[in-house]
Amino acid sequence: MDAIILQILNGLDKGSAYALIALGLTLIFGTLGVVNFAHGALFMIGAFCAVTLSRILTWSYTVIDETKTDFLGNPLKVEVPYVHGLFGQATGDAIIDWAVPLSILFSIPIMLFVGYAMERGLIKHFYKRPHADQILVTFGLAIVLQEIIKYFYGANPIPTPAPEVFTGSFDFGAMVGFEANQIIYPYWRLVYFGFAAVIIGAVFAFLQFTTFGMVVRAGMADRETVGLLGINIDKRFTIMFGIAAAVAGVAGVMYAPINSPNYHMGMDFLVLSFVVVVVGGMGSLPGAVLAGFLLGILESFASMSAVIDLLPGINQIIIYLVAIIILLTRPRGLMGRKGVMED
Amino acid sequence: MGILEVKDVNKRFGGLQALGNVNLSVEENSCHAIIGPNGAGKSTLLNCLVGKLIPDTGSVMFDGQSVLGRKPYEINQMGISRVFQTPEIFGDLSVLENMMIPIFARRDGAFRMHAVESTSTEKAILEQAEHMLDSLNMADKRHMHSASMSRGDKRRLEIGMCLAQNPRLLLLDEPTAGMARADTNNTIDLLKQIKDERDITIAIIEHDMHVVFSLAERITVLAQGTPLVEDTPEKIKGHPKVREAYLGESA
Amino acid sequence: MLGLEKKDIRILLIVAVLTLFAPFILNPFPAGSGWAQFNAGYPDLMQRFVIFGIFAIGFNILFGLTGYLSFGHAAFLGIGSYSAVWMFKLLSMNVLPAIALAVITSGLFALLIGYISLRRSGIYFSILTLAFAQMTYALAYSVLTPITGGETGLQLALDDPRVLDGASTGSNIPVPGIFGLEMRSNSQLEMGDWVFNLSTGYYFSGIIMLLAFYLSIRIFRSPFGMMLRAIKSNQQRLNYTGLNARPYTLAAFMISGMYAGLAGGLMAAMDPLAGAERMFWTASGEVVLMTILGGAGTLIGPVLGAGLIKYMENILSKINSDILHTWFAFLPDGLEDFVVSMVYPFIGKGWHLTLGLMFMAVVIFLPGGLVEAGQRISRIFKRKKTDETSKKSTTTEPAE
Repeated sequence: MDAIILQILNGLDKGSAYALIALGLTLIFGTLGVVNFAHGALFMIGAFCAVTLSRILTWSYTVIDETKTDFLGNPLKVEVPYVHGLFGQATGDAIIDWAVPLSILFSIPIMLFVGYAMERGLIKHFYKRPHADQILVTFGLAIVLQEIIKYFYGANPIPTPAPEVFTGSFDFGAMVGFEANQIIYPYWRLVYFGFAAVIIGAVFAFLQFTTFGMVVRAGMADRETVGLLGINIDKRFTIMFGIAAAVAGVAGVMYAPINSPNYHMGMDFLVLSFVVVVVGGMGSLPGAVLAGFLLGILESFASMSAVIDLLPGINQIIIYLVAIIILLTRPRGLMGRKGVMED
Repeated sequence: MGILEVKDVNKRFGGLQALGNVNLSVEENSCHAIIGPNGAGKSTLLNCLVGKLIPDTGSVMFDGQSVLGRKPYEINQMGISRVFQTPEIFGDLSVLENMMIPIFARRDGAFRMHAVESTSTEKAILEQAEHMLDSLNMADKRHMHSASMSRGDKRRLEIGMCLAQNPRLLLLDEPTAGMARADTNNTIDLLKQIKDERDITIAIIEHDMHVVFSLAERITVLAQGTPLVEDTPEKIKGHPKVREAYLGESA
Repeated sequence: MLGLEKKDIRILLIVAVLTLFAPFILNPFPAGSGWAQFNAGYPDLMQRFVIFGIFAIGFNILFGLTGYLSFGHAAFLGIGSYSAVWMFKLLSMNVLPAIALAVITSGLFALLIGYISLRRSGIYFSILTLAFAQMTYALAYSVLTPITGGETGLQLALDDPRVLDGASTGSNIPVPGIFGLEMRSNSQLEMGDWVFNLSTGYYFSGIIMLLAFYLSIRIFRSPFGMMLRAIKSNQQRLNYTGLNARPYTLAAFMISGMYAGLAGGLMAAMDPLAGAERMFWTASGEVVLMTILGGAGTLIGPVLGAGLIKYMENILSKINSDILHTWFAFLPDGLEDFVVSMVYPFIGKGWHLTLGLMFMAVVIFLPGGLVEAGQRISRIFKRKKTDETSKKSTTTEPAE
C-alpha cells in the first residue's frame, strides 16, 4: 500500500508538468486551431527566467575586507550582492534564497510578452495553413528559441535550488499514519504539485466564471458562430495564447529546482506532452489534465523494480504504449470531442 | 421494386430527429429528385446512402443488397457514385489525371510502376480518359491544373469522373449550388444528355426548382425529416401541401 | 529511355554527373589554402551526403507524395544499421548481404508500424509514428542490449563467427568491403595544389543513391505515384471513387521505410557500428528538415536539402571566432569585433540557429523549398531574356 502511495506521489510532479504543458497546448489548439511544437520551448524559457532572476539577484560587486585575509595573506575580496545594499543583508539573503518563487512574478510579464509576440508575429499567419505547416514552422521556431538560450546560457544544465525551507524531504507516510521511513517525499515536489493544482484551478475558474472565458469556450466549440456575433475573437485568442505561454512559463520556473534547466529540456517535455494531449483528447482541457497526471503516475509505477523485473524496459515505453493503445481503440482520446482534427 | 429502397430509416443527432421513418423507392433508370426546405434532412439522407452516416434504424438496399455498415469506397464499388455540393476533385492533379483515377479504380487499382504510356492496359486507360474528356468538351483543358478551373468546369469534371466509372446510380447533392445561371444551364444540359444516352439512375437533391423540374421524373418532398409527398413533377407543382410547406416561399 | 520522360532523364543525368564528380566539385580550394576548410570533398562527409540523400529521397516518397508527416523515420534508419552490423558479425564482411538484410528488416518493421499508424491521419499519424520510434529507441537503449549493444552501441568483435569469411586471422577486426574491395579504401589524386579523394565507399554509396533516385523518379511518374498524389489532394473524393487509400499509403510507408533502412545499412557499411542515438526523434526531425528545406514533393529537393544540412553540420560548425577575426581583419578594430560578434552566434556551435531560421523562412515564404527558389530565380531570368528580345509573352510552366 505504501509502495503504491509512494509511486503515486512520485508520479505527481512529472504529471503536474505534463498536465500544465498539455493544458497550454490544448488551450492553443482548442482556441486557435494551431498545433504548437514550440510550446516546450516556452516551458524551457520559463525555467531560464528562474535562472536569470537568480543571476540578477546574485549580481554583486567586490569589496575588500581588510579585517580578513585569505590563505596568501592578502586582504580578502568579498562578493557583495547588490540586493544587500538595497534591502540590507538579512532581507537580501532571503530574497536570493527565494529566487525561484519570485521568478514566477518575474516570468509572467515576460511569458505574456513572448506569447503575444509569437502569436502576432508568426502563428497568426498560419491559421489557415495545413496542420503540417503549423507543426513545421513551430518546430523551426523551437529550434531557434533553444539555440538562442544555448548561446546565452551555454549547453550545460544550471542548478537552480529551491528556497532552503523546501529543500530536503519529509516523511509523508508517518504523517498519514503509515510506518515511518516508508514514504519519503521531497518538499519541493509537493510544492510543485500544489502549485500546479492552483494554476490548473485558476485556468478552469477563469474559463468558467468570466465573460472572457465564456467567449473563449464558445470560440473553442464553434469559432465561426462567435465571429458572427461581432465579438473580436482574434484579440481574445491572442490573449489566450499569452496565457497559455504564461502557464507553460511558470510551470518551467517551478520545475527548475527539480531538474536543472538546460536548453533542450523543452523538447524533451514537448514530445511527451504531445502524447499526453493526444491521449487526453485533442481540444479537451479536462482530458489534458487527466491524461497528464495519469501518464505521470503510470510512468512512475512502471519504474517500480517489481514491474521492471516482470516486464523489462516497460518504464521506458509505457507512455508511448498507452498512447498507441488509446489512439487505436479510442481515436478521440480519453475525453476528446467529435470533429476535432478528424480529417 | 426500385434499384434503391430506403425503408423506415431513422436518424437522431442528440435531441434532434434528423430523419423520421423515411421510405423511398427509386426506380431503375429514372431521375428522382428529393426536395425540401433547409434542415429537412436531405443531406443526412444522402449521407446515409453513401456510408458516411449509419441510420439508427431501418434499411437501405441497393439492387437487393444492404449498403449499411459498408465503407464509402465499398458502396462506390457496388455502383453508386456521388457528386458533392462543392465539387470534390483532385485539385493538385491535372484534369487528365483526375479522369484517369476513376478508370484505374474500376480496373485493378494503380499498383504499377510504369510511366503512363508504357503498357497496353495503361494506354487503354489513357485513351478512355481522353475520350471521356472529349465527350465533356474538355479535351483542350486536359493538362490544366484542375484547381485553377472555374466552378462550372470543376462540376463538369466531377460529373465526368463519376460517369467514367459507369455507375448504376448517380447521386447529386445540389449540383448547381452557387453557380452562375449559364453554368447551371450547362449542367442541366449535361445531365439531360447523360440521362438520354445512358442506362443510369439519377437521384438528385436540389434547391433550384428550375433544375428539378427540368430533370426529374419523380419528386419526393422532405419536410422535418419525413417524406411529405411523392409524385410526378406536374402533380407536385399543384399539390396544396407542398405549395404550403415549400414552394409557396420559393416559387 | 529507361522508361523516363525527357525532363526526368535530364534531372537523373544532372544528379549522376554531380555524384560522379563530387570529389572534385566539393574540393574547389587548394589543399594548403585558407579556404581549404570549406572543402567538403573528404570521404566521410561525401558518404554522408549521399546516404542522407537516400534517407531523404525515401522520406519524400511518403511525405512529399501522400502528405503523411512521419516523425519517426529514424527508427528504420537505426533498424537498418543494426541489421547490417549483425550481418557483418554473423555472415560476412561483404556489404551486399548486409544491405539486403537492412532493407528487408526495415521493410518489415515499416509494414508493422505503418499498418498500425496509418489507421489515423493528420497529427495523430505524426504522434503515432513518433511514439513508435521513441519506443524503439528506448528499447534499443535498455532491454534489447543483447541485440543492440545498448549504450555502447553494436560493434564488431574479433571472435564474431562470420560464417562465410571463416574465422578471422590476425589481430585486426576485418573491415566491410565488396568482393575484396574495402569500403574505407581511398586513393588521393594530387593535381598541383589540389588533392582529391576517390573513395570506394563513397562511389559505392553514390551508385546506390543513383539507383534509389532513379527508382523514386519511376515511382513519382507512375500511376502508383499519381494515386499517392491523389491521396494528398483529396481523400474524400478518392473514397467516393471506390478506392481504399490504406493499401497505397501503406505501400508508400513501407517503401520509404526501406529507403531509410537502406541508408542505415549503408551507414553501417561505411563504418561498422550502430547506436541507438541514430533512432532518437531528433534524427527523425532532421530528415523532415532536409526534405522540406530542399522541397517536399519535388524529385531533386530532398537530395539538395540533405546535402545542404550535412554541409552546414560539418563545415559551418567548424568555423570559430578566430577564423572569423582573420576574415574580417581588413575592417577597423572596433568594427571588426562588432561584425564578428554579430556573425558569431550563427556559425560554429550555433549553426543550428541558422538552420532553424532558414527552415522557418522556407516554411513561411517558400513552401516549395530550395527547388521553388531555383524556379523563381530562373523565371526572373527567363522574363528578363524575353523582355530584352521582346518576344511573345512567357508561358509559366506549372511547378514540378
